[in-house]
Amino acid sequence: MSVTLTPAEAPAKTGRATPVRDRHHRGVGRWIVLAVVTVGALVMLVPFVFMLLNAFKTPGQYSTDGPLSWPSEFYTQGLRTYWTQVDFPQKLWNSALIAGSVAVLAVAVSLLNAYALGIGRVRGRLWIVGAFLLANMLPQESLVYPLYYFAKEVGLYNTRLVVIIIFTVIQSAFGTYLLASVLGTFPKSLLEAAALDGSGKWTILWRVVLPNVRPTLAVLLVFFFIWTWNEFLIPLVMLIDNQTQTIPVALASLQGDRLMDAPTTNAGALISLVPAIVFFLIFQRTLSRGITVGAEK
Amino acid sequence: MAATDALATRRRGDTDPKGRRGPRRRGDAGYWLYLLPGAVLFALVIGGPLLFTGYLSLTRWSGIGDPTFVGLENYQRLLDDTVFWQSFRNTLAMIVAMVVVPTVVGLVLAAVLFDTIGRRFKSRTANALRAAFYLPQVLPVVVAGIVWGWILRPDGALNGLLDAVGLGALSHDWLGDPDTALPAVMGVMIWVQIGYPVVVFMAALQRVDPELYEAAEIDGAGWARRFRAITLPQIRPETFVVALTCTIAAMKVFGPIYALTRGGPENATNVPSYFAYYTFFKKLQVGYGSAISTVLTLIIVVVALLFIRAQHRAERQDGSA
Repeated sequence: MSVTLTPAEAPAKTGRATPVRDRHHRGVGRWIVLAVVTVGALVMLVPFVFMLLNAFKTPGQYSTDGPLSWPSEFYTQGLRTYWTQVDFPQKLWNSALIAGSVAVLAVAVSLLNAYALGIGRVRGRLWIVGAFLLANMLPQESLVYPLYYFAKEVGLYNTRLVVIIIFTVIQSAFGTYLLASVLGTFPKSLLEAAALDGSGKWTILWRVVLPNVRPTLAVLLVFFFIWTWNEFLIPLVMLIDNQTQTIPVALASLQGDRLMDAPTTNAGALISLVPAIVFFLIFQRTLSRGITVGAEK
Repeated sequence: MAATDALATRRRGDTDPKGRRGPRRRGDAGYWLYLLPGAVLFALVIGGPLLFTGYLSLTRWSGIGDPTFVGLENYQRLLDDTVFWQSFRNTLAMIVAMVVVPTVVGLVLAAVLFDTIGRRFKSRTANALRAAFYLPQVLPVVVAGIVWGWILRPDGALNGLLDAVGLGALSHDWLGDPDTALPAVMGVMIWVQIGYPVVVFMAALQRVDPELYEAAEIDGAGWARRFRAITLPQIRPETFVVALTCTIAAMKVFGPIYALTRGGPENATNVPSYFAYYTFFKKLQVGYGSAISTVLTLIIVVVALLFIRAQHRAERQDGSA
């Protein structure tokens, strides 16, 4: 990010050299543009404001004063109802365990696959990479019933483990595709030098390849974590009780429940998106870098 | 050193002379081992289930006992099923809401944020605005669906807002009326999706040489000219990637539909993936659900291949021009 600041600010300086009238004209225009875009950005934030306004309002005030009123007292019963009703700490742990395990395992599998494909250049690698790319595009509906059926047969139904295994494969399909093309351009001289030193393939992977692609792996790790955290269909099908469900599934399955009055709905949504916003803030840099990586592949 | 490199490259390269076959073979075998865990997992979780779904689409099965082979019966039934056709028409609406609008608006927004706001104001201003547009993208999409479901309820925030500004007459059960449900869902999807192209395109613009813009400006090119002549061609690769990934996401959309409307009312917002889910797990018609899923999969694969071909052709034209 810091690198891009310099070129972005440089033109502003040269802009100062333009004639005074032109600058004045542009000065008004740019404020209008800024105002329009800012209004657009604020509109994007309106749902979050609604959520905050109504998460801490009593159900009584909600029905008499409506959704736009300022909360007359700081009502936390909705939050507490939701917290205990869904056993939120358990859901948080389930989501974190599943997303965290998938992120680590999928990065490992991606790296191994990509090492064989990008550096090992095994025969038929184009077809193999194509298969991984395709797998990434498949609708999960085309896998979900057999997965559900097999999981029941082998006794993994309603376990976090089966969701971890499934998403490790689904995410590593994308990771393999991306990393194989990154490793395809890996400097050969580094590999040769290590091979001349007598290093085996395993050592080269650990000592030469891994340190060089660590930034890409970090981006993949963050992506896999967030994608898995937000997944819905397969967790919805596979996880059916309080002990195993993830946050999105728990929130969705309470929808329409008698307990879910407007404040409880909003408090539940609010607390469910807190982890997402925390990741967003922590990983913002990695993310914006990573999206570029993804787009330029 | 350079000579060693060249030698090394040749020894590693694909076009090995025949004489080196022996050692290369051995090398191959060694690398296959690294592919083994991935291949086994892939076969278990993707390959096997995909083929099994394909087979199930030719059967009648409730999930218990043995499937009965019925040939193409399920596909025949699909052709006459109005819900099936409706769900694919709704997919087109999802493509408008998740691909067309976000890409077009995203291009303009990214260009404005980068070219006008990023250069005329502090870059922090542009970054803060970008974050506001991107924020919905980090939410679990189901959470977004639930919040919007409440906003659009008869006693929800949208009607409250309309009342407050004196437009109470427009109050409506937005998701409950078949006429407004689909537009309402489309609006939510635009809100969810818009940040993705903005962020990708802004990142893409950072690799465009700023001198291009300056030179164009000195030549008197207005904003619209600069947008058409510089911005669009320079970030075409990213535009392709965004359009492809968003199109596939639009064809697969499930979570928001589940959270907002469950495909209703009267299938007004039903989409193939929800239709398949419902057929599998609520109607227990596994064969028919598999047929829906298989058709959806084939369409997605064809669309993806068409996209990739179009992209290759565009790149080739660029190269020869």
